[in-house]
Amino acid sequence: MLSVRDLTGYYGESHILHGVEFQIAEGEVVTLIGRNGVGKTTTLRAILGLLDRQEGSIRLQGEEILGLRTDRIARKGIGYVPEDRGIFASLTVEENLLLPPVVKPGGLTTEEVYGLFPRLKERRKSQGTKLSGGEQQMLSIARILRTGARLLLMDEPTEGLAPVIVQQIGSIIAELKRKGFTILLVEQNFHFASGVADRHYVMEDGKVVDMIPNDRLEAEREKLQQYLGV
Amino acid sequence: MIQDLLGIPPQALFGQLLLGLINGSFYALLSLGLAVIFGMLHVINFAHGALYMVGAFVAWLLMIHLGIGYWPALLIAPLVVAAFGVLIERTMLVRIAKMDPLYGLLLTFGLALVIEGVFRHFYGVSGQPYPPPPSLQGGTNLGFMFLPTYRAWVVVASLVVCLGTWYAIERTKLGSYLRAATEKPQLVQAMGINVPALVTLTFAAAVALAGFAGVLAAPMYQVNPLMGSNLIIVVFAVVVIGGMGSILGAVITGFGLGIVEGLTKVFYPEAANIVIFVVMAIVLLVKPQGLFGKA
Repeated sequence: MLSVRDLTGYYGESHILHGVEFQIAEGEVVTLIGRNGVGKTTTLRAILGLLDRQEGSIRLQGEEILGLRTDRIARKGIGYVPEDRGIFASLTVEENLLLPPVVKPGGLTTEEVYGLFPRLKERRKSQGTKLSGGEQQMLSIARILRTGARLLLMDEPTEGLAPVIVQQIGSIIAELKRKGFTILLVEQNFHFASGVADRHYVMEDGKVVDMIPNDRLEAEREKLQQYLGV
Repeated sequence: MIQDLLGIPPQALFGQLLLGLINGSFYALLSLGLAVIFGMLHVINFAHGALYMVGAFVAWLLMIHLGIGYWPALLIAPLVVAAFGVLIERTMLVRIAKMDPLYGLLLTFGLALVIEGVFRHFYGVSGQPYPPPPSLQGGTNLGFMFLPTYRAWVVVASLVVCLGTWYAIERTKLGSYLRAATEKPQLVQAMGINVPALVTLTFAAAVALAGFAGVLAAPMYQVNPLMGSNLIIVVFAVVVIGGMGSILGAVITGFGLGIVEGLTKVFYPEAANIVIFVVMAIVLLVKPQGLFGKA
């Protein structure tokens, strides 16, 4: 589905990514884990062409997308849930939900999305940012399910949320996996990540330094704790 | 017959009210465009007044050289100004998009001087007459005042266009793209929307509004290269009072301040020229983000 090779990335003069490499197969849920500032968010942004400069290779279903303009990359079928959730204050909940254009056939219908997130339907006339943090996170995920994007990039969807909401988001991700979505997840909450992902890529200093399958987690726990500095 | 109010003859009162509404129509049309441009491009468009003048001149040139009258000009002139806007945005503004807003202000200020200078060179400053279309000549005696048809038309046309613009921005799909891109352009682009094209379209549409206002103004004022620079300073005060980036705020403030100015002419004529700036100073002291602005 997605193959990233020798990816370097810059913000202005600062060199953030130093040759990131990883692959995701169709239907997988994969995490990027690592300490703060190792380049996880930057990697997601590089896939979307949002850095000042990025080099290397990013192939989506075999097609090179590095170098394309951001909106064209998105139209190849990538949905993005940004770290700050990206809810628009000047739009209602429903306008937020309907904002991303449909880029491929096969997305969920609006009714199906409301079926997954009944709370959003109740509050569809409210201002987007009047929702609670958890509801905003749901909205941020919900709105990219309509578009037909099959690869979802999620940047810390559990950050700052109550445990019960984190659980809900976990079951939503499991449901999306059942529906065949491919998901690349940036996570700090390792407990959460181990509950939803197939594999974990560990990042350090702008590089992927290790890959741990989810079923090897227990065996590799000590090594992992070193990586994460916990 | 209505009796004198506070010693003011109703003819004078309503006459000035109408004049206030007319001025308010232009304030609203121009400040609306400025607010939209600032929201999306973070450019304080000093060339807005010059583009309003270009709208009036295009109408006049169409009449002189091609015999094209008022009604077609009302459509053609804004399109010409919009095309000019596309040129300005694509060749100049796009290059300074990531820089400090000060650069945009300086660039558009320079552009205004260049555009006005070119028209002054070719047409002088004496002003060219532009007759209103026959269907809008004359007027109606309402009993308490005489209402010239053309002036009534200007107020109605401006109101309709302002409300139409508000509707397009606040209630349509394209408008939701525009509002979203004003907030978080990168994220909107990451959803698959061509934001650079949206920015160009926004700038073109906003300066088209200025061009439209220019055609509306042509039969009332003389078509003059400096007609825009006289107006734009007041319009900036209107935008500051209403709050940058608020659509409805720009419209309401535009009409409201036109009326305030008109009433000041009746009750205390000496202050009529400065009343808007006094209001601006008070608003800046009490609510620096403007009456309708978000903090």
